[in-house]
This record gives sequence, C-alpha cells and structure tokens, in this order.
Amino acid sequence: MTKIEKPANFSRRALLKAGGALVVSIGAPVTFDFAQADDAMSTQTMGAAATSVAIKPALTPDQLSSYIAVNADGTIAAYFGKMDMGHGIAVAIAQMVAEELDAPFSSVKMFMGDTATSVNQGGASGSTGIEDGGKQMRLAAAEARRVLVEMAADKLGVPSDQLTVRDAVVYAKAEPAKKVAYAELVGGRYFNVLLAWNGKIGNPLLAPGKAKPKDPKDYRVVGQPIKREDVAPRVFAQLDFVTDVKVPGMVHGRMIRPPVAGAVPVKIDETSINDIPGAKVVSNQGFLGVVADKEWDAIKAMRQLKVEWSDVKPPFPEKTSAIYDYIRNSPVRKKEVGGKTVGDVEVAFKSAARAIEAEYEWPFQSHASMGPACAVVDVKDDQVTIWTGSQKPHYTRDGVAAILGVAPEKVHAMWIPGPGSYGRNDAGDAAMDAALLSKAVGKPVRLQYMRDQATGWDPKGPASIHRARAAIDASGKVIAYEFMSKGLPRVDVNSNESQPHDTLAGQLTGVALKSGDGFAVPQESYGFDNKYTYWETVPPLLDRGSPLRTSHLRDPVGPQIHFASESFMDEVAAELKLDPIAFRLQYVRDPRDIAVIKAAAEKANWQSRPSPRKDQSGNKVSGRGFAYVQRGPTRVAIVAEVDIDRTTGKIWARKFTVAHDCGQIINPDGLRLAIEGNVVQGVSRTLWEEVKFNAKAVTSVDWMTYPILDITEMPETIEAVLIDHPEIAPSGAGEPSTRPVAAAIANAVFDATGVRIRRVPFSPDNVKSALS
Amino acid sequence: MKQSYSLNVNGTVHKIEADEDMPLLYALRDDLGLNNPHFGCGLAQCGACTVHVDGQPVRSCITPVSSVGDSKVVTLAGLGSPDKPHPLQAAYVEEQVPQCGYCINGWIMTAAAFLRDKKKPTDDEIKSALQGLKCRCGTHMGILRAVKRAATMMG
Repeated sequence: MTKIEKPANFSRRALLKAGGALVVSIGAPVTFDFAQADDAMSTQTMGAAATSVAIKPALTPDQLSSYIAVNADGTIAAYFGKMDMGHGIAVAIAQMVAEELDAPFSSVKMFMGDTATSVNQGGASGSTGIEDGGKQMRLAAAEARRVLVEMAADKLGVPSDQLTVRDAVVYAKAEPAKKVAYAELVGGRYFNVLLAWNGKIGNPLLAPGKAKPKDPKDYRVVGQPIKREDVAPRVFAQLDFVTDVKVPGMVHGRMIRPPVAGAVPVKIDETSINDIPGAKVVSNQGFLGVVADKEWDAIKAMRQLKVEWSDVKPPFPEKTSAIYDYIRNSPVRKKEVGGKTVGDVEVAFKSAARAIEAEYEWPFQSHASMGPACAVVDVKDDQVTIWTGSQKPHYTRDGVAAILGVAPEKVHAMWIPGPGSYGRNDAGDAAMDAALLSKAVGKPVRLQYMRDQATGWDPKGPASIHRARAAIDASGKVIAYEFMSKGLPRVDVNSNESQPHDTLAGQLTGVALKSGDGFAVPQESYGFDNKYTYWETVPPLLDRGSPLRTSHLRDPVGPQIHFASESFMDEVAAELKLDPIAFRLQYVRDPRDIAVIKAAAEKANWQSRPSPRKDQSGNKVSGRGFAYVQRGPTRVAIVAEVDIDRTTGKIWARKFTVAHDCGQIINPDGLRLAIEGNVVQGVSRTLWEEVKFNAKAVTSVDWMTYPILDITEMPETIEAVLIDHPEIAPSGAGEPSTRPVAAAIANAVFDATGVRIRRVPFSPDNVKSALS
Repeated sequence: MKQSYSLNVNGTVHKIEADEDMPLLYALRDDLGLNNPHFGCGLAQCGACTVHVDGQPVRSCITPVSSVGDSKVVTLAGLGSPDKPHPLQAAYVEEQVPQCGYCINGWIMTAAAFLRDKKKPTDDEIKSALQGLKCRCGTHMGILRAVKRAATMMG
C-alpha cells in the first residue's frame, strides 16, 4: 500500500466501498453508500453523545470524520481537500497528522482531492497546501487524539490527564500495562464529533476542535526528511496519470480551435470524416470537437474535418512586443493602491536632490505543462463522473455541474495526477470540454489536448509593465519610493473552473462573461519615509475565447512585479554607488527579512562592493546579483551568479544561493527539492519564456516556439539555507522561491556587464542586442 | 486502411490492427493499454514518449507502427521492476527526482541507453546526452544527481 491512496478502480460505487471499507470493515454495514450521508446526520442528531458511529456522518467541513478516520487495522485515513502536485506535500501532511495523533508515520494513508472523500479545502492553490490545508489537518488530528484519549479514559478508568499516547496506543502513565490501541477504541467506526467550522470553504476553511496542537518541542515526525512513497510507482510505471484512465465504453475526444482567435465555425462538413471509424462531430456555437473509438482516429478526425470559420477582425497586435505599448496606452480598467502608503510621495519628490526612474516589461507566459491536459468524463442521466488533473477538483465538480445543468451532488470528481500543473493551466478547460463531449455522445469521453492547444490555448500569465521611481535627498538617502504595475489582469478567468464563464467551454457556448480583475504590488518591508505602491489593469485584447486570456501561473504576478521592484532597488544602489545588499539592509525593517538577507549573503560569501564590476574585459564576463522578497508570511533571499558570453548573448545562470524562511519546516528534504524546482523554473521563465503571437493567433505552440531551459543550461549549484522557526506557523514554499529569481539574474547581468536589461526574457538575441 | 502488425513489447508479442502511419505511441497506449510512455508533444520535441527499439531510445510519438517490424520494443515498465530495478530507477527513487513525473520515460530511457554504452561519464557528457529532453517542473538538478548515481552503480 502506498502512502497516497487512490480508487482501486474507477466505478464510483466501488470507490466508495473501497474508501468506506477501510473504516467499516468490521462490525459495520457493508452497504455503505453516499446516499446514507443524510441518514448519518439523523443518527448523529439522535445519538449526539456518541463520539463514534458506524455510518459515516455527512461529508461536511464541520465533521471530524471528514478529515480523519481510524481503521480497524490501525491505519489512519487522512482525507485531504488539497493535493500533492509534485512538491511532496502528501508526505508533509501525513507527518503533521501522524505527529498530532502520536501514531506511526507509516500508518497514515492520504486520500486527496476526491469529492467523495474530502471536503473542499481549495485544492492546490497559492502555496497553501501546508499553510492552510496542513493547518486544518493538524487541528483535526489533534482533535482526533483528544477524543481518542477521552474514550480511552472511559475504557481504562483512568483520567485522561494521566494518559499518554505512543504509536497509536493509549497508556496509563503510571501503569503502562493499562493500555488500549486507537483501533480498539474506534477502528471500524467513524468519529462523530463536530468541529467549530468557520463556515468557509476553499483555502480559508478552518474547523478546529477543542484540542490544542502539540508544542513543537515535542515533535518527533514533523521536521524529519521523510521520503515520498509515490516516486517508486512513477518510475516503475505503476502509477496511472489522468491520461491513463480507461473506463468501459470510453471513446476519445479532440477539440478543434479556430485559426483566428475569436472566429467560430460557420460551416462544418461532417462528410469529410466519413471514412474514419466511429468519428462524430460535436459542435455548439464556438465549441467544436470530435470523438472516435480509437485515439488515433480522433486525432485524424480533428485534422481532417473541413471547417469554414467566420471572418473576424484579427484581435491582437501584429507583433508580440507591441503588447507593451498596448498596456501603456490603454485606459485603466481598475486601479488599486496596495501595501502600506506612507507619507506623501509627491511632496517628497519636489524636495528631492535627484530622482531615479525606470520601467520594466514582462511578457505573457504559458504553463506549457509537460503534457497537454486530459480529462475523462462520463455523463450519465443520474450521475456524472470526472477524472481530472485539475488542481481544484471540487471546483471542477461545481463547474461541470453548472455547465451540464445538474446538481453538484450528482457529480463526482476525482483528482488523478496530471502532466504538470503550476496554476490554472489547461486542465480545468479539458474537464469542461470533455463533459460537453460526453453529454453529446452519451458515452464516457477521454479528451486530451494536442501540444499546440496546450501551449497555445492555456490561460496565460499576464503581460505587464512596471514603473518605479525613487527620490534621493542631498545626503544620498532614499526619501520616497513609488511603484506601479500596469498589466492585463491576473485573472481574466478565475483560478478555478467552478463557473462556466471561467472556461473555454463556457465562453464558446455563449455563457455571459464575468471577467475577474486585479494585479498586485511588491511584498517587502522597505521602510522609506514616503512610499506609494499601486496597480492598474487594462482591458483584455479579446473578451472571450481568447488564447491570451490570463489566469494564475506559478506565483501569480509575483515574478513580474518583483523582477521590476528588486531590479529597481539594485538600480538605486548602483546610482548611490552602494553595495546592493548593504543598501537594502539600510531600509529593510522586518527582522525575519533581515535574517534571510544576511543568511543568503553569508552562505554565498558575498563581498561588499557596488555593482557593476570594473575588473573584467573580454567577451566572457561574470557577475553576481541579489534579490529578496516576501510572499505572504514566507521570505526568500537569493544570490545569483551568472556567466555571460557577450558575443552570443548567452547567459549561464550558474549558481544560486537561496535563504528560505517559511516558518516551521515540516520536511526539510521536500522543501529543498521544491526550492530547486522553483529556481530552475524561474531561470527558464527569465531566460527563455515568452508567448509570441501575431494579429490572428498565438504562435508559441510547441517547444521550439516556446523554448524552456534545457539541461545543458541548468545551474551548476543551487544551495539552500533553510531557516527553521518551529515556533512560527508553517507558510508556503511551493512558489516563493520562484519570485526573486528574475531580479537576481538581472542584477547579476548588470554586475557583469554594466548593462541593465529591463525586459524579460533574457534570450541570447535579446541580450546580444541589449549589450550592443 | 488498417493492417495487421505484430509488436514485440517487453518480451511479449501482441497483434494489433492499425493504420500504417499510426505512431507506435498509440499502439502501446491505446491498443496494448500501457500507461507508459506518455503523449507530450507528438513532435519528438520533449521525450515523454521515449521507448527502446532494439536498445535505442526512440520517440514513439513520431515512429510509424509500420516501421517497427520485428524489433524489440522495451518501455519503462520493461526496463526494471521494484524487485529488479534498473539502476536509474533505483537512483530516481533514492534521489526523489520527479515532481509531476510525466517526463520520466524520456529521461530514464534515454539515460539507460547512454549509460549502457558510456561508462564513467562526466557531467557535461551526461547533459549533452540528455539535451533536448524536457522537464517542465524543473527537476534537472535531481535528474543529473540520479544519472550520476546510476552511472556509479553501473561502474
């Protein structure tokens, strides 16, 4: 049995039995079904005093049984409404649960992202797996321990404060022979304990019990470098991805997207695919797909179908780089001041001895997941089943229910690992598209996108410009700082697919749009006397069915904002002829920020001097750069060391030293690997990534036209300094270390060359032209 | 026009009916029901579909099924098992390499052929042998550590 449990097969009833059987296998009904959840509620009401029941209470956030169950064999099921997308948080959550329960780590089995077994804790979202999801699981496990100890007190006739727990066995402290195992107390039954739910679902869901979690000084499991158990099944091809799901009667689907963004089919010649066995067309307004019995036949039908598209005005600028003028010149759709406004910036600038100002640009970027998204959806009259790689299966359930017009209770969504994620990628759209295909053909449909659709049609990280200025007085002190982001909104489509208007399927079938909005400001603790930071958004280029619609991409809007803000801090330091770290330390106020900055500098053996270097000549030069950020409660400081070939424009981001403070560390090895991945992906986005387009369409459609970092370009070293604060609640680590990478590289390039590059990506061509 | 083909995959011969231009990938996944290799791009640009054909790594997404003939096809599942892991599989577990893991077939199958023919490779030799393979999660540091570990295990 692996740590991460999954349905034994893909029938819903079998799944429920498999999941349910874990806890009802002895002395309990075996006919457990979801419909009985309502009965369980009445059982609970009638027998309110019982702390355990045979039938599982309703799967609601206020029930302890929605998070934790003790099985008859002593194993512990942890039902998690978030998922492990590859950073190993399944291990971390199991560690937190085992710790609070004083149960062996190996006894905890994780069930993740299944709407039949977990409540909506928000799915994978904003680095909150441990920060929010783990917090709730910790509270639930602590409450479960408290209840179990109370039950043991009754059973053993020993007051609970004279009991202790070791390896899931409750002992009398004074008389260790008096003992009872968790499994004997509740195994095979469900907790029937209400929690103090805050009434929220998703990330903010919180439902504590009466128990207080452990004092960190007593930790034995939390903080240990325990390995993932899902790696071996992956390398031995024993783990099914969502792309591998097969259900009886399943057919294969493919979608067809327009050659000009915004065009819709006006004539479809269905006879053009007559020679392909079982091939059918499914169309509804702008929605156009095909299905066939065999996957290759579906692909052939997709390619072969003759379609005449409406004649629409090409919606985009002719050149990719024109996006920045579009942003500059567009009317502001929404403006918001963020961060803490201090003093009066305008007044301060009037009194300044000098001012420094700069503008930065960041392109659209794609999730470009390793494989195109896939979903399998089976729409039946009385039941809809979804297998999805989406980060947010509970919201996928809601979205599919909405687009099909059925009650969410009739829809069961299961998260199955997908081909990469990093935010609101194409997975959510795939589930919605597959639902419409399945409904149309009356069979389960497996839909996978093609590569050009994955890169060309996923929701994009937004393009933006950023303007910063600083006022300096005669003594060289920064007396005012202003920072502005202006860009496409961070979410044209929401970060989950719970509403049809947030999906291609919805937009293409005429659901009225309701675009989200917003951007953000830098997160740091620079204590300037006058400070003003704000953002503005501009209207989208095409208001529906756009391949350039925006949504969350790893660390949404973080890399672009902090590329600008931390590049600018370096520009000010250089202007003042100060060492970039010494300059920052003059103004950074937060003690944890100061600590990460110093930790990175010390580990990287940072020598204090201003940038740029003056001691290099020739075509091959090297430099070092620094950047620091907050992301929520997490802080990261990073030193980049780069080599540049001035003749080719090629940058090698050779070494990174990362100091990372996310409060209490649950699993140091998992954290280290997450940081490595974030840094490498950050390097890729800085050096290579830009979604290109022409007036008609996105032209970044594969790995040649949307290059990412190659292994021959990988850093030589990524050294992480992990600052552990057991006394501070753990905060996110899935994204923060992506945030400062671009600025650190930009600052290192300046250090090496004396040239400031203010537009990403730093591809060889772009760097060469910047240096010439 | 569908034709019959016999495919020798992981030591077993399977008969399938397929269009001659259908890539091997779809025979392996759709006809044989294997959950490896994976569709990543269909353009031989990423490696997620890599299998061995007579010991050489090929991108099954662009290899017509009609071109395989009697050749022996080995997929990741045929490379080793939990009881008898290939050193690269053991090293991948030890180094905890993957995040999403969808790219694994490309790296392991390519590296397996490389390490079989090249003993004690340098870091640069490893990187250049693996050039062009994609990993979107950015696990390159772990990949290199695992290949080096496997190289040591393989002498």
